[in-house]
Amino acid sequence: MEFSQITISAALPEFILISLALVMVLIAAFAKQTETDGEGSIKLVRTLSLLGYFAAFLALFSVPDGRIVLFNELFAVNDLVIYMKGLILVGAFFASWLVSEQWGEGVDRPEFHLLVLMAVIGMLLMVSANNLISLYMALELQSLPLYVVAAMRTSSLKSSEAGLKYFLLGALSSGLLLYGASLVYGFSGSTNFEAIASSLSGGASVGMIVGMVFLLSGLAFKISAAPFHMWTPDVYEGAPTPVTALFAIVPKVAGMTLLMNVTYSAFGNITDQWMQILIALSVASMIVGATGAIMQQNIKRMLAYSSIAHMGYALAGLAAGTSEGASAVVIYMTTYVFMGAAAFGVIMTMRREGTPVEKISDLAGLSASHPLLAAAMMVVMFSMAGIPPLAGFFGKWYVFLAAVNAGLIPLAVIGVLTSVIGAFYYLRIIRLMYFEDSDAPLDDGASHQNRMILIISVGFILLFFFGIGTLSQEAVSIVSVYF
Amino acid sequence: MLADITLAHYLTVAAILFVFGVFGIFINRKNVITILMSIELILLSVSINLVAFSAYSGDLSGQIFSLFILTVAAAEAAIGLAILVVYFRNRGSISVDDINVMKG
Repeated sequence: MEFSQITISAALPEFILISLALVMVLIAAFAKQTETDGEGSIKLVRTLSLLGYFAAFLALFSVPDGRIVLFNELFAVNDLVIYMKGLILVGAFFASWLVSEQWGEGVDRPEFHLLVLMAVIGMLLMVSANNLISLYMALELQSLPLYVVAAMRTSSLKSSEAGLKYFLLGALSSGLLLYGASLVYGFSGSTNFEAIASSLSGGASVGMIVGMVFLLSGLAFKISAAPFHMWTPDVYEGAPTPVTALFAIVPKVAGMTLLMNVTYSAFGNITDQWMQILIALSVASMIVGATGAIMQQNIKRMLAYSSIAHMGYALAGLAAGTSEGASAVVIYMTTYVFMGAAAFGVIMTMRREGTPVEKISDLAGLSASHPLLAAAMMVVMFSMAGIPPLAGFFGKWYVFLAAVNAGLIPLAVIGVLTSVIGAFYYLRIIRLMYFEDSDAPLDDGASHQNRMILIISVGFILLFFFGIGTLSQEAVSIVSVYF
Repeated sequence: MLADITLAHYLTVAAILFVFGVFGIFINRKNVITILMSIELILLSVSINLVAFSAYSGDLSGQIFSLFILTVAAAEAAIGLAILVVYFRNRGSISVDDINVMKG
């Protein structure tokens, strides 16, 4: 294997982040011994990781056009992969930016940013995986640091329980995925996606289909699609809020892209087989997400169910199996990242007398005490509920349109019905903020970076319809590699 | 006289181990260490599958895959036990029935 110019420029974002991770390991290791409070090193590590995400984002522009195969065909980079990597880096930047050095909850350590950086490297590798081995390794590189950050607040029972549950179910899902991968390898004779695809040109054997089902179940776990969603509410609730923000914004994008890669490139010849699985996952996720959120009192838990529902809608686009559906998923994930960033931008300002609060009822009377924050939250909630002309509406619109055009009318009907149910709990938050009073208002003073993130992401949600024409054309052209 | 051992035999053993592993996770109500062992069982069943397929098809990538799995399994066990130790410090128990602070 030789390192050509193309290899280096196509893998430059990963190279930048990996070298940065090595530097940050040293900083995190030595800072502990020299400083008593370690605040200076947290600041340094956080700044470095933010610069790293930014540099990696810029490096994406240096990747040559067209489909490039790297490292003995272990990785493949194409336009869709580059776009999704950009989205992951933007999400990671938001999630790290939201964490101030003084946040507490166990994330005020240099290791936190280091672990997040490693998970992001895993996600970047994951979306460009072109082989079952690289898929598994990248997936584990993403999962292992995330297990640790979920349990980052070592003094809290809830956080360690969240970490334990996430670890146990995540390890089980990796096992399912691996068992599927071993069967797929055995019945196709190769771990390479193109070789798998060409072995399937004459239809699939039973063993192959069983393997594919296991593989897709493992991936469904990672994007928390029902019925593999059990970990999501507990992990979202128990993990420190900045970690929940990270979980809500970034890994789903990577998981969805990987699912898209696997279904469209490796299993592209047996669309009929995986379509049924994706439809079942999609329907179950939409129903569980919409009904599970209704009774929740904790806003992080509610957003966990909301993200399950969002994954259901995105899967509806994927299940269509057409280029229209794939481009709808691209649009949906784009809006999802910004809605998640905005929602957590608001949640992370929720403090009462200095301590973070996370009950939905704590938002009561927000419009009187913090009118701008309430307005931002209202925009996010309307967008998540799918009210036009906000970003969330267009995401749902393209997904359901693709489902209808692919003949999946019952799926689209269920999707619309569940978004009506979902609107109930989003609107409940708006009602609480605007029509109820609270005798104990939340603390003043959102931090500088919270304000910036809210301005950027709420601005994006509000002004999305000016760019939707361009974005939808762009989305169709970047998914054309698969069709 | 014993019949030759075919690929199907290996796959059957692996499938049985896999089922044991999955059942060990879901039926076990005692403690979390058993779950960790069940996870190892699942990974081993996968390795048997991969090596058997690899040996019978003459393609090496399956054996390489199983080496990667061994490495990751070690890392996974280390992280799992570390999280379990933290959990035990807070809860004072590693019984599966006690992992119930959050539900709904």
